[in-house]
Amino acid sequence: MAQIEVKDLTYVYSAGAGEPRCALNRINLSIEKGEFIGLVGHTGSGKSTFAKQLNALLKPTSGNVLWDGVDIWQNSRSNPEFAREVRFKVGLVFQYPEYQLFEDTVYNDIAFGPKNMGLSDSDVKEKVLAACNFVNLDLNLLQKSPFDLSGGEKRKVAIAGVLSMDPEVLVLDEPTVGLDPCSREALLEQLYQYHKEKDKTIVLISHRMEDIAKYSDRVIVLSDGNLVMFDSARHVFGCDKILNDVGLKAPQICSIMAKLKAGAIPSLNDKVLTVDDAVTELLKFV
Amino acid sequence: MIGDFSFMENFINIVDLKFSYEEADSGRGINILDGVNLEIKKGEFLTILGHNGSGKSTLAKHLNAMISPTDGDVFVRGINTKDSSRIYDIRSSVGLVFQNPDNQIVASIVEDDVAFGPENLGIAPEEIRARVDGALRAVDMYDYRQEATYNLSGGQKQRVAIAGIIAMKPSCLVLDEPTAMLDPIGRDEVMRVIKKLNKECGITIVLITHYMDETTGSDRIVVMSKGKIVRVGVPRDIFSDIDFLKKCQLSIPQSVELVQKLQAHGVNVPSFALNEDECIDILTQYFSVNAVKR
Amino acid sequence: MLSNIALGRFYPGNSFVHRLDPRVKIVLVVVLLVTVFFSNNYLAFFTNLAAIFIFMVFAKISFKNYFKNMKVILFIVLFTSVLNIFYAKGPLLFKIGPVAITKCGLDNSIFVAFRLLTLILISSLLTFTTSPTDLTDALERILKPLSVFKIKTHELAMMMSIALRFIPTLLEETDKIIDAQKARGADMESGNALKRIKALVPILVPLLVASFRRAFDLAMAMECRCYNGGDGRTKMKVLHICSNDVLAISAVVTIFLLVLWSNFWVLAVHL
Repeated sequence: MAQIEVKDLTYVYSAGAGEPRCALNRINLSIEKGEFIGLVGHTGSGKSTFAKQLNALLKPTSGNVLWDGVDIWQNSRSNPEFAREVRFKVGLVFQYPEYQLFEDTVYNDIAFGPKNMGLSDSDVKEKVLAACNFVNLDLNLLQKSPFDLSGGEKRKVAIAGVLSMDPEVLVLDEPTVGLDPCSREALLEQLYQYHKEKDKTIVLISHRMEDIAKYSDRVIVLSDGNLVMFDSARHVFGCDKILNDVGLKAPQICSIMAKLKAGAIPSLNDKVLTVDDAVTELLKFV
Repeated sequence: MIGDFSFMENFINIVDLKFSYEEADSGRGINILDGVNLEIKKGEFLTILGHNGSGKSTLAKHLNAMISPTDGDVFVRGINTKDSSRIYDIRSSVGLVFQNPDNQIVASIVEDDVAFGPENLGIAPEEIRARVDGALRAVDMYDYRQEATYNLSGGQKQRVAIAGIIAMKPSCLVLDEPTAMLDPIGRDEVMRVIKKLNKECGITIVLITHYMDETTGSDRIVVMSKGKIVRVGVPRDIFSDIDFLKKCQLSIPQSVELVQKLQAHGVNVPSFALNEDECIDILTQYFSVNAVKR
Repeated sequence: MLSNIALGRFYPGNSFVHRLDPRVKIVLVVVLLVTVFFSNNYLAFFTNLAAIFIFMVFAKISFKNYFKNMKVILFIVLFTSVLNIFYAKGPLLFKIGPVAITKCGLDNSIFVAFRLLTLILISSLLTFTTSPTDLTDALERILKPLSVFKIKTHELAMMMSIALRFIPTLLEETDKIIDAQKARGADMESGNALKRIKALVPILVPLLVASFRRAFDLAMAMECRCYNGGDGRTKMKVLHICSNDVLAISAVVTIFLLVLWSNFWVLAVHL
């Protein structure tokens, strides 16, 4: 059974002015436990709306979202707490998550989620420390005010604040935007380690195709609320034309390899995702 | 300085600039800028690269007298930025655009926002109208002049912010990570506008960024680290030193990395590819001569 | 969603009403509001409604938008007019169970509902057709004489226009923060009053921090654009009264006089 299954999911916004807008249009897909999923699409394609559907922040206009085979919203009718329980299982890290910090100390902020789960103090502490460990946060900062930290540290604290709920699935909306290249790589590497070590499902939303290509098993492509593709990263980034049509670009390395195959080296295997893959493939022809 | 006109061809002169502040709780002095010397020439496209905390943004705020140096001087067209009587001359000739487009738009309607700067300068109404229309055309936002700023996309907002500066007719535009918060489409829009302003309107550009791929059009690149300028050069020189780039915590375009890695494996290709097309050319040339047929 | 609220929204356009001088518009709106409160008979109401209706047609904005705004206060309208039905003396009209409905009570409740709804229509007409910048500009000029009393009219107007500009931004921000805290299991729907107030802390603190951050950024951006208070400032849009404005003024004055006359007429008939 799939961990998350989405059936005919449709969501219609009715903003104050203007016509209602279809943010998601009959999406069908399922995500297995322990997958690393990339979610891409231009701004306004429905990525963030989709993320909110996965953890029950938004209710579908029609269609179903199933968690471990159980319909979230049908079940919520008999058990009103169910939607909230799903939120603990599917952790959602928003864009610029540091803007939600509010507690007096870093420790209390990271403990907000676990406390809401009703855990005992010692369990809370254990979760907080484990979360700090995963994002590589200096434990000396725990008693400081979150507002005294640097931008990069705040980001770590905010992500730890979601990890501390020990969710089964972690959905991250542009977690690296605004970070410098070095912090970005470090953060993604930590998330990947977390995914590997604990066999957690990760859904990564990003505009940076290089990062999506490097880490994802499968990639979801959304455009104007429609599911355009959901396939292995190698396949998706091989479809240059479809990506261009929906306003996206494959990573530079993918298009370099595709053009070399079309030109100088027809027998080249151009289905690569990283520079190292490309080097290996090219060296075969030297 | 009388009789010495050598600095006049430089639009901005930064001489031994230092900036530090005292940390509130410990009283410890923190050096943000530690002896920066730089000359920015009229009409050039200069990119400043550096990791977070390298002092890039602080340097930017010195260029239009938003911050006064702790030590050393900054001259804009020969005017010292410490001269508080000339502060509006400096600010109208060196415009500063920030990272977050939302937080620099003052008015609810596009054209009203663009008019804000010229209105502050006390310019006559007909002249403001002409400048606003001109500035909006320069950033390709003229058709949106009556729209609510709130409904625009990030890239459009940032272009309106740029128009708001352009309407003051500056000779120099300093942009502090203008694309950091934008999606790829917004980023392309903004970069296109910046390049156009430099090429067609002759505006001096100082672009601060993390992204190497935005630097390819620039005349010179300045790399900063820990409050110091560690290197100044043309893109070709900077890009070909991959170890240096890594040491400065900069991102490396995949085309550059590919060529460098092939070279490290003993493949005899030029060590440098500025962009995707150049990389493909290099490899096509190499492999059409040397490829092993399989 | 908070950001769905349409109150205070501006619909750009180039209609007769859009092109009126904003100063004239503000004054006319005040006169119209006074007229509505003077109205105490059906003839006056119809005159008012007809006038507003004509202005609405001239503004060329979908009537749907006005109704959206009316919906917001519909509850208040119903509540006050129902209260008014019960609170009345005078000749009995009819009885529903123990409740006596008098003609006077019925009239009162209709008047109250009418006044509240026209109030919304008139103010919507102003905000729909006048950009916030024009609105605050005009207010600044109308209030200008007050600067004699050391009141900083420019600063006041600037503060108002910035507040208007940031309302949608901050509403959106609030939505985001609520979602983010809900995603961390914040429970805002259950519990007693104290618990609910406590549940607001995770929303209000980040919102406050965000507002300060934005204020700081904006202040810097304004300084970069040579902002130095109101002294020596010019305006791109010069306001002058033209024939359309004169037309509108005469129309509104006529309505005002008509309503006054109808009041006296009704009074005279009763005597």
